[in-house]
Amino acid sequence: MTTLKRTPLFPVYAESGGKTIDFGGWELPVQFSGILDEHEAVRTRAGLFDVSHMGELEVKGADALANIQRWITNDASKIEINQALYSPMCYPDGGCVDDLLVYRHAADHYILVVNAANIEKDFEWVVKNSFGNVEIVNLSEGISQLALQGPLAERILQKLTDYDLSAIKYYWFAQVVTVGGIKALVSRTGYTGEDGFEIYVDAKQAIAMWNAILQAGKEDGLVPVGLGARDTLRFEAKLPLYGQEISATVSPIEAGLGMFVKLDKADFADFIGRDALAKQKEQGAKRKLVGFEMIERGIPRTHYEVQVNGRKIGEVTTGTMGPTVKKNIGLALIEAEFATIGQELDIIIRNKPVKGVIIKTPFYKREK
Amino acid sequence: MSNVPQEMKYSKEHEWVRVEGNKAYIGITDFAQSELGDIVFVELPETGDELVQNSTFGTVESVKTVSDLYAPVSGTILEINESLTDSPEKVNESPYGEGWMVVVELKDAGELDNLLTAEQYEEIIKG
Repeated sequence: MTTLKRTPLFPVYAESGGKTIDFGGWELPVQFSGILDEHEAVRTRAGLFDVSHMGELEVKGADALANIQRWITNDASKIEINQALYSPMCYPDGGCVDDLLVYRHAADHYILVVNAANIEKDFEWVVKNSFGNVEIVNLSEGISQLALQGPLAERILQKLTDYDLSAIKYYWFAQVVTVGGIKALVSRTGYTGEDGFEIYVDAKQAIAMWNAILQAGKEDGLVPVGLGARDTLRFEAKLPLYGQEISATVSPIEAGLGMFVKLDKADFADFIGRDALAKQKEQGAKRKLVGFEMIERGIPRTHYEVQVNGRKIGEVTTGTMGPTVKKNIGLALIEAEFATIGQELDIIIRNKPVKGVIIKTPFYKREK
Repeated sequence: MSNVPQEMKYSKEHEWVRVEGNKAYIGITDFAQSELGDIVFVELPETGDELVQNSTFGTVESVKTVSDLYAPVSGTILEINESLTDSPEKVNESPYGEGWMVVVELKDAGELDNLLTAEQYEEIIKG
């Protein structure tokens, strides 16, 4: 058996009743008090997540922007210093290497935040596809990331800092904020469908930061949240998960992420995957990601087959009981011709077809 | 620590059996519900169906997992716990009480000897 990797926060899980699992080679908490409790806490109050397993790749140099523009499908020239951008990163055939956040620290200095399971793969990919004056460093080991998410996130974090957090708008960040006496990068981003922050600190300070935030949020009902609720939260908000909604064999166009594919980037039109993605946009993708709810009793799960008239038309990418919407719902990648609201689907659950119907997504959208 | 009542028999698959005359109540143990986490779906057979010892007879799903239910004894189903359709959380809240799953008419009381005592089951879940 290979040894599982642990984040610097591993020692604190047990104090809060964390139950750990193997998540892509990482020993991470799947839940603390319970997935439904934690999910509810994030929707109505706030939750604190250890997401230190995520990777950070630093990209510096005069050609940093040009390189990033070549690697990703979104347009990084549109963001200003202290602004962040979500983007897929594709192979030449349009399949996804990963999806990531680009943080612009300076005109020639960026950090890419990538999925834990893809850190080495992404690093090799961007190095292999780099050119000119650029330096790429994998900073993942030294940086810990905490996510504070939920309607009370700002109020809780504000107790720990003099920095006016309301000044950090959605998808912007502040590079140096002193939170509970610890220097951190604070960005207004997240993966839950709620307001909130992602807080990057030196790995050595992770435990102190975790404890400071939990303590500050106690009276507001802040709880630690595991990967289980992180998944149900992001799923209800239809935020894609690499390996399920997108992967090396699923393009961002197919996954409904076309708005993050900018074919006409002003200064860098030939990004990797552009030709394949342009063709899909123009001709329409053969497959499309749809959301559905079950009409009959049953819970859809990843990889369950989807049929229409007894013929396989695709499969479920994610499915569960949606804790906030209180319905059995799923996302499925299916043949494009069936991808219309109201289309009935048979989800094959334990060899039996169980009826569902395509509905509008996201399943959950917070009231602003 | 998980609750393991003395008066019941247990299977290695974490089901319990409580015998009343020739009837047996069946459910999953406190340890099982705790391992599964929040239970959101229970699928059971119908009244009149036959259970065969050690064969699957239903499914219990938590938010993240799908698990088969294994029949700890053979018998004909007399009743199923219909309330679990709308309130599967009863399995978490009261695994040995309101969270019971089916009642069967025992086919062969001798099968009960194949099951574990509370002490033996406790040894298993201690790992």
